[in-house]
Amino acid sequence: MKEQAPILIVAIPLLMAFLNIPFGLFKRTLSYPITVITTFLCVYFSYLIADTVVNNGNISYRLGGWEPPWGIEYAIDHLNAYMLIIVSIVSFIVAIYSKNSIEKEIAKEKTVYFYTIYLLLVTGLLGIVVTGDLFNLFVFLEIASLAGYALVAIGEDRAPLATFNYIVMGTIGACFYLLGVGYLYIVTGSLNITDLTKLLPPLYHSKVVLVAFAFFVVGVAIKIALFPLHTWLPDAYTHAPSTVSAFVAATMTKVGAYAMIRVMFTVFEPSFTLEALPTTEILGWVASAAMMFGCIMALAQDDLKRMLAYILVAEVGYIVMGVSVGNKEGFIGSVLHILNDSFMMVSLFLVAGAIMYKEGHRNIKKFANLHKKMPVTMGCFVIAAISMVGVPPTAGFFSKWYLILGAINAQKWFFVAFLLLSSLMVAVAFFKIIQNTFFHPSESHHKHEEPIRDEVPSGMLLPIFVMSVSLLLIGFLSGQIIDLLIQHAVPKGF
Amino acid sequence: MDTMDFIIGKYNYWVYIVLMMIGFYAMIAKNNFVKKLVGMNIFQTAIILYYISIASKKGGATIPIIKEGLDKAHQYLNPLPHVLMLTAIVVMVSTFGVAVAILIMLYRRYGTLEEDEIMAIIKMEKQK
Amino acid sequence: METITSITPLIIISTSLVATFLIFFTDELSKNLREAWTIIASVIKFSFVMSMLPHILDGKLIEYTLVTIAPGLKIQFKVDALGIFFAILASFLWIVTSFYSIGYMRSLNEHAQTRYFCCFAIALSATMGVAMSGNMFTTFVFYEIITLCTYPLVAHKETPEALQGARRYITYLLGTSIAFQLTAIFLTYKAAGTLDFSNQGLLNGAREAGISDLFLTITFILYMAGITKAAMMPLHSWLPAAMVAPTPVSALLHAVAVVKTGVFVVVKVVLHVFGVDLLSSLGLGTALAYFASFTIIVASIIALKQDNLKRRLAYSTVSQLSYVILGVALLTPSAIAGSIMHIVLHAFGKITLFFTAGAIYVATHKTEISQLDGIGKKMPFTMAAFTLGSLSMIGIPPLGGFLSKWYIGIGALEAHQLPIIGVLVGSTILNACYFMPIVYSAFFKEERHDEHHGHSHGHSHSKKGLEEAPTIMVIPLVLTAIGAVALFIAPSIFLELAEMVVESVKG
Repeated sequence: MKEQAPILIVAIPLLMAFLNIPFGLFKRTLSYPITVITTFLCVYFSYLIADTVVNNGNISYRLGGWEPPWGIEYAIDHLNAYMLIIVSIVSFIVAIYSKNSIEKEIAKEKTVYFYTIYLLLVTGLLGIVVTGDLFNLFVFLEIASLAGYALVAIGEDRAPLATFNYIVMGTIGACFYLLGVGYLYIVTGSLNITDLTKLLPPLYHSKVVLVAFAFFVVGVAIKIALFPLHTWLPDAYTHAPSTVSAFVAATMTKVGAYAMIRVMFTVFEPSFTLEALPTTEILGWVASAAMMFGCIMALAQDDLKRMLAYILVAEVGYIVMGVSVGNKEGFIGSVLHILNDSFMMVSLFLVAGAIMYKEGHRNIKKFANLHKKMPVTMGCFVIAAISMVGVPPTAGFFSKWYLILGAINAQKWFFVAFLLLSSLMVAVAFFKIIQNTFFHPSESHHKHEEPIRDEVPSGMLLPIFVMSVSLLLIGFLSGQIIDLLIQHAVPKGF
Repeated sequence: MDTMDFIIGKYNYWVYIVLMMIGFYAMIAKNNFVKKLVGMNIFQTAIILYYISIASKKGGATIPIIKEGLDKAHQYLNPLPHVLMLTAIVVMVSTFGVAVAILIMLYRRYGTLEEDEIMAIIKMEKQK
Repeated sequence: METITSITPLIIISTSLVATFLIFFTDELSKNLREAWTIIASVIKFSFVMSMLPHILDGKLIEYTLVTIAPGLKIQFKVDALGIFFAILASFLWIVTSFYSIGYMRSLNEHAQTRYFCCFAIALSATMGVAMSGNMFTTFVFYEIITLCTYPLVAHKETPEALQGARRYITYLLGTSIAFQLTAIFLTYKAAGTLDFSNQGLLNGAREAGISDLFLTITFILYMAGITKAAMMPLHSWLPAAMVAPTPVSALLHAVAVVKTGVFVVVKVVLHVFGVDLLSSLGLGTALAYFASFTIIVASIIALKQDNLKRRLAYSTVSQLSYVILGVALLTPSAIAGSIMHIVLHAFGKITLFFTAGAIYVATHKTEISQLDGIGKKMPFTMAAFTLGSLSMIGIPPLGGFLSKWYIGIGALEAHQLPIIGVLVGSTILNACYFMPIVYSAFFKEERHDEHHGHSHGHSHSKKGLEEAPTIMVIPLVLTAIGAVALFIAPSIFLELAEMVVESVKG
């Protein structure tokens, strides 16, 4: 079973996605346990894979026994294993959470289909991560995106409109990526990533390769909502069902960032990426703009989910920034931030979902005294917020530490300033909420109308709690995570 | 003469670029969502054309089915891009399907598919 | 130097964290039990701190590494003479303040007392963390925790005014520490490759390693701008704004824990990050000394025109904190000893003053200085303590405050900085100008029967006799006032520790 884990981690959610429909139509309540068990199996397989990678080195799994580069290869190194763990854990946690939230936000007859599409999304995301084939990656990217479109569209009143824009933008991104694959295929005749790594260096002077690279970067940049190509994200993530926002915000952009790192530093060598074009320079500045823009827009929002969505835009900027400075510290920072950010985003969006569940709104201005009603939820919110700001010893600090160290080592002082400035703005944005919640100068305090404690069901509370506690744990374990996985993923050129 | 050759000799690539730009234009500039969707389809079709073009070979290569007397690889077209496009077409059709489903949702909700009209409706509802 | 590995620092920090949980879960079920947790934790904490003292006096170091997160990033405690000095001070005053707090919060029947005591306990944990930290990273972690958990304390009243003050508080402290201090830490790490404190200064070898003077100067300026808790001008205005907090908070946190953490970190940066040699060769010490002098004088002048008692005390704190910075910036042995002594002497004096301000408020609901005429007759103990406290602030011989000014003065002479003597004299006069009138009017002026202030208490005012605050509040303030005197007569332990610090820094 251990040898087959790379294919099982994709095949099982795919299979279960389809089996879910007959089971669900037979008895609706079966869908939820099926989803939870399936995602748990994914966690288990990702653990098996990571264990193998750490102890025995990289895995190369041949689909159907065909030799690469002709057959499709699932190539897994430390970075893949790391991403697999993130995606599967997040999908598991969100799956547990989904039950109550979905019942509240989605019509009953749709829940079966919801879980089917949810499992398809998990399949797509895990597939992107395991595959070692550029075209296969496109297919999984589209599976994930299509499932994402459908899930977002289930949401609120304005969700379909937001989804349509998302589809248009997402398709452009995917098509650009596909064009990039095509251009590389023209000059090398190969689609296998390992094979391309070997074939490309003599061709670096070729214009076709440069064009391919540009298409890749822009295509993926749309998928990860890098400023100024982010326009689809805030609307889509605001109006999606809470469960979906949490999962998609935590994983979609991160897996996209993974694809970007793969293309920039595995398909192409770091020497090419850093020197052939001023790509990294441009990406660095674009990322700075993303951080500034995301944070400023976040400050202006009253809707909690929309605010989080804009912060996500800024966080994507962080990840890209770390990659763009082109040194070991920056790279470690980026990869670590993928983990931290996805966990922080999950906790925050889950809290937003919990507030939606109990209050029926998520307007920051009406949060007064929520902490008395939902003390645990709001406590977790505070932890996640502090981590987002980057206050030690929470997880968020350590990735920022490496990001800033990377920027300093690259002598990019402006980037250092932007990183710190955006942290400050995030701090302001969150303290606005905390102040509104915990210390609001309203009359109810004088009226002695003590709100009754009214927590969300434990099925929702537990995931929130686990995620925020994990933020503290990850903070302390950052060093181990880097030693065990991330430092092996650092490209050779650094 | 070289320029002519550059344009006419590689006409399929020019067509792909022109198609792609038409599609791109429609996606960005059109006000009607269906027209945007059509633009998206043209955009995707352009990519199919591009992939098919790169599969062709000079010197009368034929379809990749083994035939007596043709035993060299260069006598056959490259089958891989065709196969890739089969998959891509599946992806594109499903994208189209999801998009149309969403347009239906939009039409049911707003009674129109013009972007500016939907925006006006949303604005009006907000004011209420 | 001998190093002992011991878990004691961790125990010290966790005692009040455990207390936090106990307080939180006891909540309003049993108020006595809840308050008992605070007292018990504070006593346990103090006794553990004292248990480390003999080892430190033997010249040993106590070290404990909690966790190494990444290269250069470890949570590590290293207790040296300077650290235990601050730890003793803060943990002792916590005991006193706990009693006072209970009296204050109960008399005023304040809301959200559980939150208040919880945050208070965490703040103390973090203060201990700063005192005992072994590297700049640990210091930064606890520094930030202090900021975050004192925010609810400042915002405690939840009035728009309190919220505004709290917002300014968090903006100044969190903002500058992230923007400047963190940057400075990054630059330090880049220059030295480590963040561990060392007696000679961890940047001591940086010049030889090819780090430019400009780089070091910028780092130093960033540190000074980033440690806003020290309330140096122009980044001082959070402190008066934070006076909206309940008085025990102002007393312990804004006369001891928070602001003293600020100056303590400044001292750490000067002595253990940069080192005496490096700073004097860069000439930055003198620059800092004049900067601090500016704050001392200007803050005293502003204090003169404050009518709100707590605001006047706040500006006095701003000015007194800069004494510590001034002393350490002179970089001579006596001045450093003086500045370290000033941390404790000012703490005792200022906490007494804040305690009296709170006691006056609880007993009479008066907050303005102009209302205090004749109050000495009603609250003789309180006002006697106030007098002692203010005499100590001014620095009149039988009181502690004299000692540190004396040392700093000698240090200024050693450093051949005569203008600094002028600053000391000038500020002493100013101190007298803003404290003595209060004492005078409290004891020697007749009470004014003002219609504006007296509407609710007018009748009770005419009565003769004592009107003291509850005993549980008066005893602490008398104790700290006695402490201020005792420290002049027998400063032995503190002076010994301060001299040990000076010795170690000289190498």
